[in-house]
Amino acid sequence: MGQFLFIFFACFTVFCAAGVVICKNTVNAAMCLLLCLVGVAALFVRLDTFLLAFLLLMVYAGAVVALFLFIVMLLDVRGLQAPQASRTLTLAPRVAAVALIGAGIVSFALKGRLAAPAASAVPAVGASLKLYAYLLFTTYLLPVEMLGFLLLIAMLGVIVLSKRDGEHSGYGG
Amino acid sequence: MNSLIFPETLNAYVGLSAVLFAIGFLGVLVRRNTLVIYMCLELMLVASTLAFVAFSRFNGTMDGNVFVFFILTVAAAEVAVGLAIIVALFRLRQTVQVDRLDALKH
Repeated sequence: MGQFLFIFFACFTVFCAAGVVICKNTVNAAMCLLLCLVGVAALFVRLDTFLLAFLLLMVYAGAVVALFLFIVMLLDVRGLQAPQASRTLTLAPRVAAVALIGAGIVSFALKGRLAAPAASAVPAVGASLKLYAYLLFTTYLLPVEMLGFLLLIAMLGVIVLSKRDGEHSGYGG
Repeated sequence: MNSLIFPETLNAYVGLSAVLFAIGFLGVLVRRNTLVIYMCLELMLVASTLAFVAFSRFNGTMDGNVFVFFILTVAAAEVAVGLAIIVALFRLRQTVQVDRLDALKH
């Protein structure tokens, strides 16, 4: 059962990720990104990190994708979208993509054998909330404080960026 | 249990994360819409978090899981600032297609 769930969610995630790239409509791409994030959250649950799955759904699927949709609607890109999105591909991205995919497949087939025990043999430390709190407030205290400053700076930066310095600040913010 | 074609091992998770990262990178290469390029960047970040969580799970350590916290926070801040920049750019140039945002070329 677990095996089936893993395969299902892996395929689901990859298909939705491909949908982000393939979809011509930006709103559809954002919806595919949302579904892809749900798939990744399900994989996190398979990996016994329930807190991170919840946070991924809250922060990414909740806030980030909503922000994307908000901006897509605000800019109304659909009317302005160039119809020849993939036809004008130059040679360089094609060659780079094919070469990268080929190198990835070859290296994964040749060297992709990571020696790790089965998941049942390893204790699921990611499932306990206490360990996250302990590590975040002892070992990783300095990064946590830096992240606080980063969020503050990002907030100030967004306010400054979205404020028009003209006479009427119509829909800024 | 491990007899299936795609067993649930660390290998499979890391491979899946590599595939997701490759798809995101491909999207950054081929798409012309700045917003979609941004979504593909997010996809790459999520792929890296999946690898972190998988390594953490199969090694019995917590550090990868804690690092995912930081990635999530940085990604959220990055999205906010990036979208603000895109909106400012759209106001200035009336487009979000990268092949028309070529002011630095001339």
